[in-house]
Amino acid sequence: MATVDDLKFQEFDDAANLLAANPDATTISIDEPVEILKNQHGHLQEPGREEDDELLGTDDSDKTELLAGQKKSAPFWTFEYYQTFFDVDTYQVLDRIKGSVFPVPGKNFVRLYIRSNPDLYGPFWICATLVFTIAVSGNLSNFFIHLGKPTYHYVPEFRKVSIAATTIYAYAWLVPLALWGFLMWRNSKVMNIVSYSFLEIVCVYGYSLFIYIPTAILWIIPQKVVRWVLVMFSLCLSGSVLVMTFWPAVRDDNRRIALATVGAIVLLHALLAVGCLAYFFDAPELDFPAPIIPAHNGTTVITKS
Amino acid sequence: FAGLADVSISEDIPVEGEITVPVGSGSPDEDYSTLDEPVRDTIMRDLKAVGKKFVHVMYPKKSSALLRDWDLWGPLVLCVSLALMLQGGSADSKDDGGPQFAEVFVIIWFGAVVITLNSKLLGGTISFFQSLCVLGYCVLPLTVAMLVCRLVLLAGSGTVSFIIRLIVVVAMFGWSTLASTAFLADSQPPNRKALVVYPIFLFYFVISWMILTFTPQ
Repeated sequence: MATVDDLKFQEFDDAANLLAANPDATTISIDEPVEILKNQHGHLQEPGREEDDELLGTDDSDKTELLAGQKKSAPFWTFEYYQTFFDVDTYQVLDRIKGSVFPVPGKNFVRLYIRSNPDLYGPFWICATLVFTIAVSGNLSNFFIHLGKPTYHYVPEFRKVSIAATTIYAYAWLVPLALWGFLMWRNSKVMNIVSYSFLEIVCVYGYSLFIYIPTAILWIIPQKVVRWVLVMFSLCLSGSVLVMTFWPAVRDDNRRIALATVGAIVLLHALLAVGCLAYFFDAPELDFPAPIIPAHNGTTVITKS
Repeated sequence: FAGLADVSISEDIPVEGEITVPVGSGSPDEDYSTLDEPVRDTIMRDLKAVGKKFVHVMYPKKSSALLRDWDLWGPLVLCVSLALMLQGGSADSKDDGGPQFAEVFVIIWFGAVVITLNSKLLGGTISFFQSLCVLGYCVLPLTVAMLVCRLVLLAGSGTVSFIIRLIVVVAMFGWSTLASTAFLADSQPPNRKALVVYPIFLFYFVISWMILTFTPQ
């Protein structure tokens, strides 16, 4: 049984004194990893590229990269790994949506809002909402356009939901995959290209699709001019978010390739908008009375204009 | 502490006592073995559990019965009856009709699974099947709405019937969303509640849309 004296607190000497007494003891030294990273980034930055720093946010990316490296340490077969992609609060999601709808000129969406915390919540649910919004709005718009006609029988057009889902999810996932592969390929050829991670590209594309949700609702209005004005407006807003994200990444490349890349991004975005408008929303027909053409054998044929 | 050093258990004093705890309600064997009971008792027990949960959905109070004793019989019955009622009887296979039976089934179950995964990934503490149970049971108001819509459509399909159907479907949609939110909201982290509630809203909105746009051929 231990005596009372053994239960007193023991004072340990200073580490230096202990080491002096026993020089062969194993020691652990914990350096400051932030300083090491700063040294590494120091000689990568060239003078005179302040605007790039502002656009790419490399001034505070040290800490964020450090934090990002510490975050995603769970192996990919555990549930916790996927939880790191949903580590966002309500206000963060709302901020990112606001940033995609009101693009600040000169500010990069990825560096400003995502900051090495890409989430999959926004892209997935914005795409799901967009799928159902387009299908429902298309159905409503067709219903109102054909409302007065006697030969029209309303159908819910449920097939179009699966077509819309395939299109939008393919766009939101395959185009970022292609773009990411392209940027990695160029990164291996030209040194200064900043390549975003795949999830950050998916994030940007997902949030940039948000503007199409109110656009699709407003497409119910059966006026051609209104619809095309809406297409142009939403294309400008979301296209500018995408351009401002990817232009600093490809700017250092060959001029033609950079312009071709950015042009392809905008073109695909425009194709999505116009394709959805053309397929899901019938053209508003003009109200002409159907002319009656007397046929040769005496029966009348009614044609629709 | 010096006095404790003398405490010891000597070997010649035996330890004795009673280990069994007297159970008040008869022998313990009857409580846990349900093999010998008549089949009617087994079925009625499960039916009563399902019925109790239906009542809990219609009057959503903060009770834990729905969460603790989850079962998927109720959601299955509701899903099958909703999918059957959504069949318009359109024998002609025109491509743009209402949803097929399998499509309704897939939407309800796949949608519930996705919402459950979403809430778990956002840090919710509810278990997988408990969440499926709640989401499935809260389809009950919408199934009632579908029944009412079909009855109204038997009477006629003009503007008046459409307005009645619209009011009924909107009311039941609100009821479903509020009921499921009342059960599920407590298990979510507080600053992410809106992120979890929105997919539930979208889920019931899609089901309500399918009910509202149902037109018999």
